[in-house]
Amino acid sequence: MSTMTHKAPGSTSTAVKQNKTRSIAIGEARPQWWLYLSLGIGLVVMLTPFVCMVLSAFKPEAEIRANPPTWWPQTFTLENFSELFTRLNFPQFFTNSAVVAVLVTLGNLVFCSMLGYAFAKIDFWGRDWLFRLVLGTMMVPGIVMLVPLFVLVSRLGLVNSYAGLILPFLAGPFGVFLMRQFISALPDELIDAGRIDGASELRIFAQIIMPLCKPALATLGILTFLGSWNNFLWPLVVASSEDKYTLPVALALYSTGQNENHYGLMLAGAVAVVAPVLIVFLFLQKQIIQGIATSGIK
Amino acid sequence: MATTILPKSPAPAHQPARGAGPAVRRSTPLRRRRSIAAWGFAAPFVLLFLVFTAWPVISSLLMSVTDIKSRDLRDPFNVNFVGIDNFAAVLRDPLFWQAARNTGYFVIVGVPLVMFVSLMIAIALNTGITRLSGFFRVGYFMPVVTSIVAVAVVWRFLLKDDTGIINVALGWFGIDGPNWLGDPNWSMPAIILMAVWRSMGTLIVIFLAGLQGVPASLHEAAALDGANAMQRLRLITVPIMRPTLLFGAVLTGIGYLQLFEEPLVMTNGGGPLNSTMSVSLYIYRQFGFGNYGIASAMSYLLFLAIVLLTLLQFRLLSERDPRPRKKARTASPAASPTTAPEGSTR
Repeated sequence: MSTMTHKAPGSTSTAVKQNKTRSIAIGEARPQWWLYLSLGIGLVVMLTPFVCMVLSAFKPEAEIRANPPTWWPQTFTLENFSELFTRLNFPQFFTNSAVVAVLVTLGNLVFCSMLGYAFAKIDFWGRDWLFRLVLGTMMVPGIVMLVPLFVLVSRLGLVNSYAGLILPFLAGPFGVFLMRQFISALPDELIDAGRIDGASELRIFAQIIMPLCKPALATLGILTFLGSWNNFLWPLVVASSEDKYTLPVALALYSTGQNENHYGLMLAGAVAVVAPVLIVFLFLQKQIIQGIATSGIK
Repeated sequence: MATTILPKSPAPAHQPARGAGPAVRRSTPLRRRRSIAAWGFAAPFVLLFLVFTAWPVISSLLMSVTDIKSRDLRDPFNVNFVGIDNFAAVLRDPLFWQAARNTGYFVIVGVPLVMFVSLMIAIALNTGITRLSGFFRVGYFMPVVTSIVAVAVVWRFLLKDDTGIINVALGWFGIDGPNWLGDPNWSMPAIILMAVWRSMGTLIVIFLAGLQGVPASLHEAAALDGANAMQRLRLITVPIMRPTLLFGAVLTGIGYLQLFEEPLVMTNGGGPLNSTMSVSLYIYRQFGFGNYGIASAMSYLLFLAIVLLTLLQFRLLSERDPRPRKKARTASPAASPTTAPEGSTR
C-alpha cells in the first residue's frame, strides 16, 4: 500500500519520460490528437451530471420540467436554495453531518495512530493475532453488522443520538493499516534515541512519532471525513427523527417521499451535499486520489 | 471465530502474566513493560473495535439461527433457537432469488465493464498524454468523492423519460431512449451506467499505478517485431498488470455486491417489478419489517457470496503469472493465497 502511495509521484515523472521516448521510437511523434479528443469527450461525459446539477438547481421548477429542456437557466433563481431553509431544516442536517464527521475523524486520527504505532514499532504480546483479527473484519460487508449493531445501540439507549451515529465509526481498520504502514517506514533509531534519553513510550509517540506522521494523518483525516460525510446506511437506520438526520439521509428520505417530483429542491440539496466535498477535493486532490486508490471503492 | 475472540477479553492488566507464558519468546522485564505500553496504546481502539465491530459480526451469526424480531428488543428471553430455519426460509423466498439475480446481473455486467473502460482510459492517460494528464485525472476521479445519495438524485433527474439529458442526447442520434428507471428491462442498465460513472476514477488511478510497472522497452521491442496495439495490450500490458487487475477486480467486486444506495434512491427501493431490488436492499427491507433473524441470515449469505467471488477472482486472475508455468493449474489453489498479499499491496 504505502509503496504505491509514496512512490507514485516519483515514478510518474519517469514514466512520462519513458513514454516520450517510446512514442518517438515507435514513430508516433505526432501529437496524438485523437487521444486528447476521446479523453476530452469522456471528460465531458463525466462532468455533465455535475454541470446539469448546478445549472438546474438555479432554474425555477417550471423550467426544470420544460420540454424541450433548457441548458442554461432562462430565469436565474435562488428559490430552490432558499427552500432548503424554509421547507427543510437544512442547517440542522448540515450541522449534524459536520459534527458527526468531525468527531469521527478526530477519533480515528487518535485511536488509529496509537494502535498503528504499537503495531509498527512495538513487538508486544498478542500483536499478531490482534492484527489478523482487525485485518479479518475489513472484508466483512457493513450490512452484516447492521442488525446486531442496531440491537446493541438500542440496548445502550443510543438510538437517535449523536453517540449512536458516531461510536460505531470511531475505530476503523483502514486507519490502523494506513498508520501502521507509514510508521513502519520511519527509522527505529528515532525511537531508540528517545528511549535512551529516557522518554516514556507515550512521550516517544506524542513528541517524536506524531509530528513525523503529518502526511499520513492528513490523508487519513481527509478520507475519514469524506467517508463519514457521505455515509448513508447507518445514519439512515439510527437517526429516527429530523433533528438527527445527516445530509444524505435527509436528501434520500425527502427525495423518495412527498417531494419525489420536486426536482429543484432535490437538486439544490444535492448541490449542498456535493459542493463542499468537491471544493475540498479540488484543493487536496493529490492526497485524496492516492489515499482512495489504496483503500478501495466505498 | 469465537475462539479467537475469547482470549481477548482479558484486558491489558492480564498481559504481563500471560506474556510470561510462551516459552518461545524470551520474556524480559523490558519486553513485559513494552507489552503493557503497547496494550495501553491499543486499548481505546480495541475496546471500540470489540464492541462495535467484532461483537456485531459474531452476534449477527448468532441471530441468524434464532427467530429474533424487533419486538424482542424489550424481551430478550423470548428469542428461540431455530437452527437453519432462517436460511431455509430465505432460500425458499422467490424475492430473495430475484434480489440475488439482480445483484448478480449488476456485478457480472458492471465489474467487467468498469474494469475495461477504466483500463482503456488509464492506458490512454499513460500513453503520450503529457499535457493535461493531471487535469483529466482529476476530472475522471471527481465522482468518486461524492455522496452516492446525492449523485443518485442527480442521475434520477438525468435519466428522466422525456426531458432527461441522456434521452435528449440519444435523440440527437435519432435514438428514442427508453423510460430508463420506469422500465423493468432498463432500470438495472441505468443503475450500472451510474455505478460505472461513479467508480471509474478509483480504478483508473489504481491501473495508472500498475501501468508504471510495464516497461516501455517491452512495448518498443514488440512494436519493432510488428505487434499492433491490440496484441501488445493482450500479450504485454495485461499479463504484467495481472496483480493490479486482480486488486481492482476484488475491490470492485466487493463494493458492487453490496449495491444499496443506488436502487434505494433512484428507483424508490426496488424499481418496477422489483427489477432493481438488490440483496442489500432486501436485507434492509427485512430489517425494516423487524425480521432480524431473517435479515442476519441473508447478510451472511451475502458475506459468503463476497468471499466466494473474491476466491474465484483470485483463481481466474492470479493463475497464470508473467512467467508461464504450463500445466500448473492443479497447483493453483495452493498458489493463489500466496499471490493474494502481493496483489493487495500493489
